[in-house]
Order: sequence, then C-alpha cells, then structure tokens
Amino acid sequence: MDPIILFFMLGLVAGLLKSELRLPSAVYEFVSILLLLSIGLKGGVELALQPFLGLLPDVLVAIVIGLLLPLVAFTVLSRLGGFKRADAASIAAHYGSVSVGTYAVAAAWLTSRGIGFDAHLPLLLVVLEVPAILVGIVLARGIFSDTHWHKVAHEVFLGKGIVLLLGGLLIGWWSDPAALAGIEPLFFDLFKGILAIFLLEMGLIAASRFGSLRQYGIFLLAFGLAMPLFGAVIGAVAGTLMGLSVGGTMLFATLIASASYIAVPAAMRISVPEANPTLSLTASLGITFPFNVLVGIPLYWKLAEAVHAGLPG
Amino acid sequence: MNEMDELKPHSRKLLTIVTEAALEASLCRDLERLGAHGYTITNARGKGSRGKREAGWDSDANIRIDVVCDDATAERISTEMRRRYYDNYAMILLLSDVQVLRPEKF
Repeated sequence: MDPIILFFMLGLVAGLLKSELRLPSAVYEFVSILLLLSIGLKGGVELALQPFLGLLPDVLVAIVIGLLLPLVAFTVLSRLGGFKRADAASIAAHYGSVSVGTYAVAAAWLTSRGIGFDAHLPLLLVVLEVPAILVGIVLARGIFSDTHWHKVAHEVFLGKGIVLLLGGLLIGWWSDPAALAGIEPLFFDLFKGILAIFLLEMGLIAASRFGSLRQYGIFLLAFGLAMPLFGAVIGAVAGTLMGLSVGGTMLFATLIASASYIAVPAAMRISVPEANPTLSLTASLGITFPFNVLVGIPLYWKLAEAVHAGLPG
Repeated sequence: MNEMDELKPHSRKLLTIVTEAALEASLCRDLERLGAHGYTITNARGKGSRGKREAGWDSDANIRIDVVCDDATAERISTEMRRRYYDNYAMILLLSDVQVLRPEKF
C-alpha cells in the first residue's frame, strides 16, 4: 500500500469520525503552492529538452477535449438528472476541467514504479484547466449575455493554479539546469512528503462533503463515478492516438477523468452565482476525487496498457 | 483644533459584512465606489443558513469586512449589497452606531 494513499485515508477516517484534527488554512495554502510549483518546474525542465512546436497538435487535442467534455456532462446532467441549467453548467465545467491533486497522485504512482511519462503532460494540465470554464459560463448564460469577460479572464488566467503552474513551467524551462540543483531538495526530493500532507487535508475536506451527499442523492453519486470512467476512456484513446507513452497515456486519462475543485469553483462562484456550489463540490470532492485516488489510478494504468495493446500507437 | 475637540466623540455607523471569501475583490471595488474611505478585512469561519464554512480551503472560506462611515454611505452600501448579493451568496450585514475620535478619517 502506498503511504500517500494511507495519508488520504487517515484524513477521510479522521474527518468521518469528527476528529478535532484540522490543518491551518495557511498550511494547506502553502502545501498546494508547493505542489503546483513542483509540477510546473518538473515539466519545464523536461520541456527545455525538446522542440516546442511539435507539442502543438497535442495542445490542440487537449483544448478540443476540454471544450467537448463539459457539453457531454451538461447534456447528461440536465436531460437525465433534471438539474437546473445553472447547476448543470457549473458541474459540467468542474468535470471538463482538471484536478492538480489527482494529477500529482497519479504522477507519484508512476514515479514510484519507475514508469516514465511524456514531458509535456504538465503543459497539457495547464491547457486543460481553462476551456471547460468558458464552456460552463456560456452554457449557463448564453454567448450574448452580460457576462464581464474581462473579469472572467482575470479570474481564470490569473488564478493561483494557472499562475503557479505556468510560472513554474517557465522557471524550469529557462533555468540553468546546473543552478536548479539548489532548489531541487525542496521541490523535487520532498514532493511525496508534501503530497502526503496535502492528501491528509484532502481526506478531511472530502469527508466534510459526505454529509451533503445524502442530501443530493443517488444520481449525483452515479454521475460522480461514471463521468471519470467515461473521461478516462476518452483520455486513454486520445493519449494513445497522440502517441504518448503508456505512462503518459495513463496520466492523460487521469487528467480527463479528474474534476476541478480549485480554479473552477472560484470562477463559477463569480460568473454563475445562481449555481449551487454545494452540488458541484460534493460531486468533485466528495465522490470523484476519492474515487480517482483510491480506485481510478490503478484502473487507468490497466486501461492505458489495454488501449496501447489494442490500438496502433 | 484644540485638545478638547480632538477628544470629543462623533457618531458614525459601523457596517459589518460577513460573506464568502470569493467576493473579496468585487466587494472592495463596490465599497470604494460607494464612498467608503476605508475598510478592514479579517478571515472568518462559522455556520449559517447556507451551512458550515470552516475556512479549511479556498472555496470554504469566509471574510468579515468592517466599514466605518456616515449614515448615507452605510445606507448606500447596504442597499447595493442587498440588490447584488443577497439572492445568490452567503452574506449577512450588521449595522451599529459607533463613536469615533477622528471624524475626518471616516
């Protein structure tokens, strides 16, 4: 059993038993900043080693998936689930976007097994954050609404996630590799320890969401489990066709399977205020995040292997 | 102004807003536009009609904004808060009378 998963379960159990344990929000903030920067830096260092233009097709594929996935989710939620338009649009945006925490766990899963993955996955992570947010707002409001797009753009592109991931990527890219050695102990060597603390807190947060799960019932639960599986299949097929390695395909599938809980909630709160945030956060944090971390990641590895064996890469 | 005048208290309103941290940037813009000369923001957590907010992480955080201002400004701000935010956001407003010693600041 992987210790970081056990940290997550400790958080879950402590939360469910109503333990007094809580991390100060400044600690959670710091730990998530470190994770975002580490992922960015690592990607940047690797990216520096290869030509940039060759990555454009993959970036385009990511954007297209990020635009289409929320449309699928929206249709399911409003037609089958009977959700109000704003709620369906907001949940759809969460599921079209990605979760950095889930990515970090999957990357650590691969690393601890000595499996490599393609260098530009962190770049695709950044790219995948954005399109679903825009689609979600348009679904809720229509294109010709009075949405203040400059405010939305500010919220989306200057939010903590994008600034730190992209900033880390650029720092890693431009830095003198020899000089990077000085910051490696903090950002690379301690990565799993930081991830463990992050997951402890995520366990506590996920547990605090279980209460509202009872209230919103079986459809949300089914959606929170089915949507990542659907996304993982799309991601695994797309990743294989893009020519990613098996490890890269698994990470891409995990990204598409994951649901945002940082960037999208903040953007939706400002842009689609009538959407109930409890619904989307219960689904993404209370159901999909634990599912992906505990069950999904090993499953997506099997899936990536199977698709690679079945499709010409 | 002699020393006695400086110590004489003046009446102002204290407007306290407790709401979601996500609103901080847009609220600060509103407050300045509506004529508040300043405000104090503190992090907050608690429980209300929209559930418990424990401030464990970004989307779960509350803020408390204190504004000291004259009656007219307090009225303008509370009307605007009610119009723009009451329907969709967790927000409460408290209004109280306070005495200040340096009226030119408020």
